[in-house]
Amino acid sequence: MSRNGPLALIFHTIFVIVMVAPILVVCLVAFTPEGFLSLPTNGFSLRWFRAITNYPEFIHAFWVSLGLGALSSFVALLFAVPAALAIARYRFRGRDALAALFLSPLMIPHVVLGIAFLRFFTSAGLGGSFAALIIAHVIIVFPFALRLTLAAATGMDLSVEMAAVSLGANGWTLFRRVTLPLILPGVISGWALAFIQSFDDLTMTVFLAAPGTETLPVRMFLYIQDNIDPLVTSVSACVIAVTMTALILLDRFYGLDRVLAGKGDTGR
Amino acid sequence: MSTAADERNARAPWALTAPALMLFVGVLLIPLAMTVMLSFHDWGQYKGIEPVFILKNWHEIATDPYYAEMFWRTFRIAILTTLLTALLGAPEAYILNRMSGRWKSFFLLIILGPLLISVVARTLGWALLFGGNNGLVNKLLMSAGVIRSPIPFMFTETGMVVALAHVMMPFMVLSVWAALQRLNPQIENAAMSLGAGPVTIIRRIIMPQIVPGVLSGAIIVFSLSASAFATPAIIGGRRLKVAATLAYDEFLNTLNWPLGAAVATLLLVALVLIVVGSNALIERRYAEVFR
Repeated sequence: MSRNGPLALIFHTIFVIVMVAPILVVCLVAFTPEGFLSLPTNGFSLRWFRAITNYPEFIHAFWVSLGLGALSSFVALLFAVPAALAIARYRFRGRDALAALFLSPLMIPHVVLGIAFLRFFTSAGLGGSFAALIIAHVIIVFPFALRLTLAAATGMDLSVEMAAVSLGANGWTLFRRVTLPLILPGVISGWALAFIQSFDDLTMTVFLAAPGTETLPVRMFLYIQDNIDPLVTSVSACVIAVTMTALILLDRFYGLDRVLAGKGDTGR
Repeated sequence: MSTAADERNARAPWALTAPALMLFVGVLLIPLAMTVMLSFHDWGQYKGIEPVFILKNWHEIATDPYYAEMFWRTFRIAILTTLLTALLGAPEAYILNRMSGRWKSFFLLIILGPLLISVVARTLGWALLFGGNNGLVNKLLMSAGVIRSPIPFMFTETGMVVALAHVMMPFMVLSVWAALQRLNPQIENAAMSLGAGPVTIIRRIIMPQIVPGVLSGAIIVFSLSASAFATPAIIGGRRLKVAATLAYDEFLNTLNWPLGAAVATLLLVALVLIVVGSNALIERRYAEVFR
């Protein structure tokens, strides 16, 4: 394969710098020793990270986001794993339609979902509750949980299951001792990707969150609407750190390119 | 023979998918239907929402030029964002694909990783870089001699397009990169051995093969940009409204839910039509590539 020419490498360098710059600048400004937005030219300081502790709203929102992401991803898997097994193994009428329905939250704009859930949960008397947030997040992370589980279930060697059945295993034992361990990498990666999606969602959640159930992105968004100061950059830096950790775990477990290939393919 | 087993086989997939199906019907399809219905309800400042069937909201959207202008702005921003990501993302994917293994995966991580980083944090980064008339971007462009006077980025469509293109870029790179994976590198060498110059190779060999990737990336970027909320809200401020931020305002500030529901329904219908239509077009035009 031929190498890239100098022009291509210059283009590539500028491209990468532009891609990284906004994220880098947030992380740098977070370490500013000044009281205003500025790059830390006179040494680094942690004062804006300490300042977070004076804002219990951010800390509370962080815990809401963490709990919401962990719980909704787990619940989504409870529904997604059996569905993935059915779609991977059986050819039945309505299979394609079902798969399309389960992946449809990827295609529906989150602002529409937010409105639909707000209307629905308000008339159900659950407006602004944590339960409503969980259910709504289960729906939006479901496609990610389903897709990675589906990939694992499709690639599974069925003869192992048959061997287990011939040895007398059936039903629950078969699932718990044979099937689940075999698809576990896909399930865990599905959970992690679902968690990141839930943890980052703003557009849908901003419609549902009420004071007390505000997630971190919602709290940050509302804060930015009023004013931008170094505090919100240090909070952002923490969020980026959490996401990076999940990203690295995901890469170790599953390979990031495979995960992202699943995320990018929202058109079909 | 063994009809009992067959019957169980036929029932098993439905038993396994039933919980998820009930969940989706109960908390996705019903709320969406309720939203469409809501757009036909009446609303007044003092009486609130009245559950009657009325075309008032749709009439208002159809006749008030404010909404035409807002939807036109939304789609204009989405189109420009899509063009920008295609123009820059496609060559970058091509360059990435020509790199050697270790560098390739490293830069792929750098470029695709932001996909998973909070959109609020990424847009905040652009707000910091734009920062009024003497922001970092303007200083850099002026000292490089690209522009004479600062470009206003904050609270403008230019700024929205730049920040949105950054947010959406990974989708385009990913899509083109996937198309390049299906391309046989030997074809390029074959063309070269037959005397084709680099321009001919790009135009006759590479372009036709990555166009489907660019187009499917464009559909994703377009639909996500047209319904984007965080970036237009932060960069555009309170005055420069797009469909998503307007719907948000109607729901949480004005409290005119039926009107907001009509805006959202229209956005959904328009996007579904555009996405399904262009998907069908692409698949017919490039049937052989998707096989």
